[in-house]
Amino acid sequence: MDAGAARLDTADRSSFERSASARRADPLFRGGLTVLAGLVLVLLAFFFVFLIVKARPALAHQGVFSFVFSNDWNPSKDVFGAWPLLAGTLITSAIAMVIGVPVAVATALFITELCPVRLRQPLTILVELLAAVPSVVYGLWGVFVLIPKLRGTESSFADSLHVLPFVGGNVAGPNYFIAGLLLAIMILPIVSAISREVISTVPAEHKEAALALGATRWEMIRIAVLPYSRSGITGAALLGLGRAVGETIAVVLVIGNSTVVGKQIFDQGYSLAAVIANEFGEAANDPLHAGALIAAGLLLFVLTLIINGVARALVVRAERRQGTRLPPPTVTAAAMADPEVTAA
Amino acid sequence: MSPDPAFTPEQQQEQPMSATPSDGPADVRVSPTAAATRSASDAAAAEQVGSGHSMSVKDVDAYYGETHAIRGVSIEYRANEVTAMIGPSGCGKSTLLRCLNRMHEEIPGARARGQILLDDTDIYGPGVDVVSVRRAIGMVFQKPNPFPTMSIFDNVAAGLKLNGVKGVDMKERVEKSLRGAGLWDEVKDRLSSPGVGLSGGQQQRLCIARTIAVEPRIVLMDEPCSALDPIATLKVEDLIHELKRDYTIVIVTHNMQQAARVADTTAFFLLGDMVEHTKTEDIFSNPQDSRTEEYVTGKFG
Amino acid sequence: MSSTSSASLLLAPVSGRRRTTDRLMRGILLAGTVIALIPLVLVVYYLFSRGLKGMTASGFFTTDPTGNFLGNPGGVKSAILGTLEIVALAAVIAIPVGIGVALYLVEFGKKTIFAQFVRYFIDVMTGVPSIVFGLFIYITLVTTKIGGSFTGWKGSLALALLMLPVVTRSAEVVLILVPESLREAALALGVPRWKVTMKIVLPTALPGLITGSLLAVARGMGETAPLLFTSATVFGTTYNLGDRMNSLPAQIFADISQPKDDIVNRAWASALTLVLLILAITLIARLAARRSRVS
Repeated sequence: MDAGAARLDTADRSSFERSASARRADPLFRGGLTVLAGLVLVLLAFFFVFLIVKARPALAHQGVFSFVFSNDWNPSKDVFGAWPLLAGTLITSAIAMVIGVPVAVATALFITELCPVRLRQPLTILVELLAAVPSVVYGLWGVFVLIPKLRGTESSFADSLHVLPFVGGNVAGPNYFIAGLLLAIMILPIVSAISREVISTVPAEHKEAALALGATRWEMIRIAVLPYSRSGITGAALLGLGRAVGETIAVVLVIGNSTVVGKQIFDQGYSLAAVIANEFGEAANDPLHAGALIAAGLLLFVLTLIINGVARALVVRAERRQGTRLPPPTVTAAAMADPEVTAA
Repeated sequence: MSPDPAFTPEQQQEQPMSATPSDGPADVRVSPTAAATRSASDAAAAEQVGSGHSMSVKDVDAYYGETHAIRGVSIEYRANEVTAMIGPSGCGKSTLLRCLNRMHEEIPGARARGQILLDDTDIYGPGVDVVSVRRAIGMVFQKPNPFPTMSIFDNVAAGLKLNGVKGVDMKERVEKSLRGAGLWDEVKDRLSSPGVGLSGGQQQRLCIARTIAVEPRIVLMDEPCSALDPIATLKVEDLIHELKRDYTIVIVTHNMQQAARVADTTAFFLLGDMVEHTKTEDIFSNPQDSRTEEYVTGKFG
Repeated sequence: MSSTSSASLLLAPVSGRRRTTDRLMRGILLAGTVIALIPLVLVVYYLFSRGLKGMTASGFFTTDPTGNFLGNPGGVKSAILGTLEIVALAAVIAIPVGIGVALYLVEFGKKTIFAQFVRYFIDVMTGVPSIVFGLFIYITLVTTKIGGSFTGWKGSLALALLMLPVVTRSAEVVLILVPESLREAALALGVPRWKVTMKIVLPTALPGLITGSLLAVARGMGETAPLLFTSATVFGTTYNLGDRMNSLPAQIFADISQPKDDIVNRAWASALTLVLLILAITLIARLAARRSRVS
């Protein structure tokens, strides 16, 4: 391309002609970038197909339905019913949502609608710093701090509130609840960041309309802010769910890695992602076992694809109303800190 | 009133109210049921005519951060009259309007000081709740802003719901407000369709219906026709004439003809000062100040 | 001053229930924010209180893990260097490709169906769990023994897949902000499109591109799961990306399951090191953003 540029300078400008290579430079550039973009899609498709191919022997051995829903994961006997793993993934993600989403939305509402303007940016950065902590560090903290320190509280909670469903019985050290709590902390920054972006798209005139009717601040949030941003916040929560479902390292460290489905939230369990991280080493020389783990990965992949697809659609609707695309939360962190980047 | 109070919404809302509904003569508006009963009665409605409220602004200053947007303005808004505020962009007329129901302080960094009386109650006084100020002094905005997620009915009902009006009372009040805004016949068959589906002019009248549904003392209008076509504008202006019977109206307008058509008195603002406030016909035919004359004759602005 | 009793007459007070609800809900929202910050405070506190000691112990930065359960466990030199090498290669792959895709989307693709398609899948990629990216590389490159089994560069590839969508999305955001008038001015001078892109659009957006790329690097640096399947773990330091390579996250992961104080302390110290590295990169990213010329 540089050669083309050099020739352009020496070309005869009066004739409105450019040299052949200079004329070819633009389509080449354009074509190259298009191919690059297409390559990303091809790569993704290729991986997807390859996952299916590799998972197929195990799925054929076990049967797809039985793989997903039968409650017996026993690699030593070549039995691969992934239900205990899927159940663990769903249980821990549900706990994460129940704890994390309300806190994240409350944070987003507080930062956008209640807190003094000069506190907005510091609070935003602090909340998003949670995203800078790697999952293995959360796992480390979970193992050596959360599990021992929360044991007593969990026990008294389980004893006094055993009337609640899925509460009671013995508290295992590592358990679903600890994993869910860690996940809640980990999804907090993304759910909060996207909720905040969505909430900040609520036009001031709607909020003013509510206030001018004599609404209190909370009533303004209830009648003007929340209805307008509901679908976007749902999308944000689902993106958090996608994160929680796929999180591996923190979960594998604190969930207990038991292939028996726990009866209550303080029991040990397993998750799809955790089993892959844990067993792939021993499965290296057992194609069936490896295939089952890849099938677990495939299941995880499909699960997150569906969740994220729905989430994206909801967030995109919020974006449309605003007229721009919301940057991903990882970018938001910097953008919020530096208004110059997002200005305009 | 203390000499130099700088208000923020937080401070004001945290102040305890010194009066509760139980002490003193109970106001009809305190009890939604009573208010609804009254509104359903023609006799009570007739009694309301000519019983509007007045406002007076005494030496008010308003700021946006360091910018001094209004400089010591004093002005009277008489009961059951339409007062227009005109002037070039940035003259402070909209800022003053927003001070009248304390919407000004919603803008970050904005503050106001001075005294604004509703009849003889200082709306910036200690113990005054900003929420009840806005309840009593309604506002119609420049751009029609019906709640996008609500139906026509729910838009009008929004303020009523906050005050606990329910059931049949609610239906009656919504109908009354829509009739009051001259919109009932156009929308009565589609009350449950979205408010944003209406035309711009209808949306603005919907917003007026929403505002008068809570039966405010004063109605503020911030260039209510600037986003509307001429026919819709005419309808809203007719409506202003109607509303004058029940309400005291303050309207900010860019459009001098509009002021001439709807207002009893007109105030001219320039660079944060009020230059002149007098009968509308006088301000256009016989302005006392040369700057007013230059403006109304189209020499600037 | 006017009497408050007349205020009650004219300004109907807000009912006690509404007032209480308002206070309560504001309190709840504030409480939510405080609760959100508690884990941050706790994690930072424990990182420093438990990690600082190990970090200042002799040999932490200068020796490799010995692999001895008894006796001196050694430092994490190989892990730190490995992380830097793997992430550097991942950045070299992901940043140009990511920015290239963003350039396509902003300069050429715009609203075409293909571009929307690409955009959608880039968004989908941001939601793919990192362990799945690890699996991708594992089944395509590790089990097939292409260029050895577990190698550093395969770890880099897995991280690059993870970083790519972040780079693209953030680059797209800043490229869109480059004023159209700048492009038109150059095109009107007869400068070819590709040159306008390379010489005008990219330099104008550079600080923003750096910010987005560095944030992607920060994200990749902390990932453990994809590395377990790709670069694996090893004790010794290597500068050869074609070998098995240690990394900080993988080393921490391995250390957590060792029931010995020295090793757990090393895990805390490594965690502190990793977090400080990530924070440093995030900080640089913010400084770059501050120099942004696009507004």
